[in-house]
Amino acid sequence: MTFQRKHILGLEELSAEEITLILDTAESMKEVSERDVKKVPALRGVTVCNLFYEPSTRTRSSFEIAEKRLSADVLNFTSSHSSVTKGETLLDTARNLEAMGASVIVIRHPLSGAPWLLANELDSSIINAGDGSHEHPSQALLDLFTIREIKGKIKGLKVVIAGDILHSRVARSNIWGLSKLGAEVRVVGPPTLIPKYLKQTKAKTFYNLDKAIEGADVVMMLRIQMERQDSEYFPSLREYSRFFGLKRDKLKKAKKNVTVMHPGPINRGIELSSDIADDAGSVILDQVSNGIAVRMAMFYLVASARRNQ
Amino acid sequence: MSILIKGGRIIDPSQKMDEKANILIENGKVKSFPKTTKKLEQDKKVKVINAKGKVVSPGFVDIHVHLREPGFEHKETISSGCKSAAAGGFTTIVCMPNTNPINDNASVTEYIMLKARTEGIVNVFPIGAITKGEKGESLAQIGEMYEAGCVGVSDDGVPVMNSKVLRHAMEYVQAFDIPVISHAEDINLSGAGVMNEGEVSTQLGLAGIPCASEDIIVSRDITVAELTGARLHICHVSSAGSVRLIKAAKKRGVKVTAEATPHHFTLTDEAVNQYNTNAKMNPPLRTEKDRLAVIQGLKDDTLDAIATDHAPHSEDEKKVEFDLAPFGIIGLETCLPLSLKLVEDKVLSLNKMISKMTNIPSDILKLGKGTLAVGSAADVVIFDPDKEITVDTDMIHSKSTNSPFIGWNLKGKVEHTLVNGKVVFSA
Ligand SMILES: [Zn+2]
Repeated sequence: MTFQRKHILGLEELSAEEITLILDTAESMKEVSERDVKKVPALRGVTVCNLFYEPSTRTRSSFEIAEKRLSADVLNFTSSHSSVTKGETLLDTARNLEAMGASVIVIRHPLSGAPWLLANELDSSIINAGDGSHEHPSQALLDLFTIREIKGKIKGLKVVIAGDILHSRVARSNIWGLSKLGAEVRVVGPPTLIPKYLKQTKAKTFYNLDKAIEGADVVMMLRIQMERQDSEYFPSLREYSRFFGLKRDKLKKAKKNVTVMHPGPINRGIELSSDIADDAGSVILDQVSNGIAVRMAMFYLVASARRNQ
Repeated sequence: MSILIKGGRIIDPSQKMDEKANILIENGKVKSFPKTTKKLEQDKKVKVINAKGKVVSPGFVDIHVHLREPGFEHKETISSGCKSAAAGGFTTIVCMPNTNPINDNASVTEYIMLKARTEGIVNVFPIGAITKGEKGESLAQIGEMYEAGCVGVSDDGVPVMNSKVLRHAMEYVQAFDIPVISHAEDINLSGAGVMNEGEVSTQLGLAGIPCASEDIIVSRDITVAELTGARLHICHVSSAGSVRLIKAAKKRGVKVTAEATPHHFTLTDEAVNQYNTNAKMNPPLRTEKDRLAVIQGLKDDTLDAIATDHAPHSEDEKKVEFDLAPFGIIGLETCLPLSLKLVEDKVLSLNKMISKMTNIPSDILKLGKGTLAVGSAADVVIFDPDKEITVDTDMIHSKSTNSPFIGWNLKGKVEHTLVNGKVVFSA
């Protein structure tokens, strides 16, 4: 199959075949990253703009490296959170960047749906680098890639996603991606942080970590947003980590070769006890390097879809 | 100048009238329903409007409109709002007080009345605020606003969250026999919500407003109305729970009336998909179950009236991230065709639909409109219920075009609108 999409806005809109194509393409991109000269001319002459309304050095660097390995010209536009509500509108900013020649815009934004606004109004290709509590497709794709690499498959795996599902774009993208590729998805966390309406995703809901983990192949721990502890979602971080943090004894219920993942950065001792965090360290670093390959694949496919249109 | 409207199907629920007949208008008033028209047609001083094949009814009455003036004239003015109303077949509109300044004292009411008299082409009645600045803390100048022309009080847009303040308002308004009009929403429960809480909000990662947010305040307001004996009118009912609560309250004799909007009986939260800010409104579009409950409520008269909650916003304000877009859509010019859909679907009879847009809303606020009785002001709409239209931005008379119905093919076209015997709109 060939990739037909001008934008990558989320995994909800992608078919299983499209997701698999991205993962397969990422494999050849990973091979590029292992060469001495880590550069191919796929995006030569293309200006890519990284439009970040949220600080995220990790994600932005990963996108930037991917862009440069494909020989794109890179423009970085970073804006603080406050400018979302003040001054120039998002649409005007993006139109300016387009006028400067950007034909691909990577956007990270604290509000859900911001990439859709751009996709509906601009000619540029839009790649979602995380929008509000909605989706974070490149993160989920790198998670899928890493799982496939370690387990050799995704179909039939039992994958637990634990923590703040309500506000997590990583969780939403992963739920779509994993279930489309045939994994059994279980979500677990305090009931205040688990949305009541997950029916259409087929994810199973648990409020008890032990029960959720039983027989799991992969446990994906989400980062808890420290600012949430001041609101009424849960009584204290101590209580959170006691009931919903991952410790060695809880992992015994999982499959022996269980893989523990985390999108990082980890709050040590809260989501993961330190010993598990260190064990899981190698996978977490795999996730980071796979992130570049996956993002290269996203650019590569979107750019060829643009050329074919 | 006299006007003869000839050969139409006259439907006037206020007189239980539904027949093929003629209307003669003289000096701005309904003069008679002449049996023969030959003589009148020969009279040069009589303008003849042929209404053959059309429905002739009292001009529509919308008791929930936002005119945005004073303060937000870039969205709508009293003048443009009236033009939009006339194009939609409305001859009487009632405007909400959340302008800038807020209509919480007689001087703002007088400004609106003056503007409406000089620039408006339809009848305009204002609603005053319940509390000063719609802050929910202390009562606005309710008596003075009533004297100046206000026909009810509401903090529409926000609820009066303090039950004691609401109690005092409901006691106080009885001195003037006007209702308290409620925007039912528990703002703590709504929190940062921007659409209905459900599967769609979960999928889109948008904060949700649960139905309970509305149901709780409907229940509280009914309770306070029972305590005080006041007349309560509930705005834009959107949830199955509210319909159930209002139905039960009416059954035990509480003086409560309620309205439904065309968008709540036509659309569900699926319309928000792809972050369509023209589907962002408050209360939000709910689920199919709620939509059907609203329709059932109209059918069994739990919901008395159809009102539009016409809420204009400029395109720039809507073309932003979903969270940042203002709530609200325009509604005056799509109300008739959307309501006629209920008739086509055999949910309401044409007579009942017209009643919910004429004499019933007029009675709720004691406006004395919505009738073609001999001697009353000749406020008339002539429409073709079968004529197909495509809603597009070019045909809209409002200053704003924020509507989720742009591009829809609908049936029902307003041909003429008359206010006080003067033609104020012709297609
Ligand atoms: Zn309201």
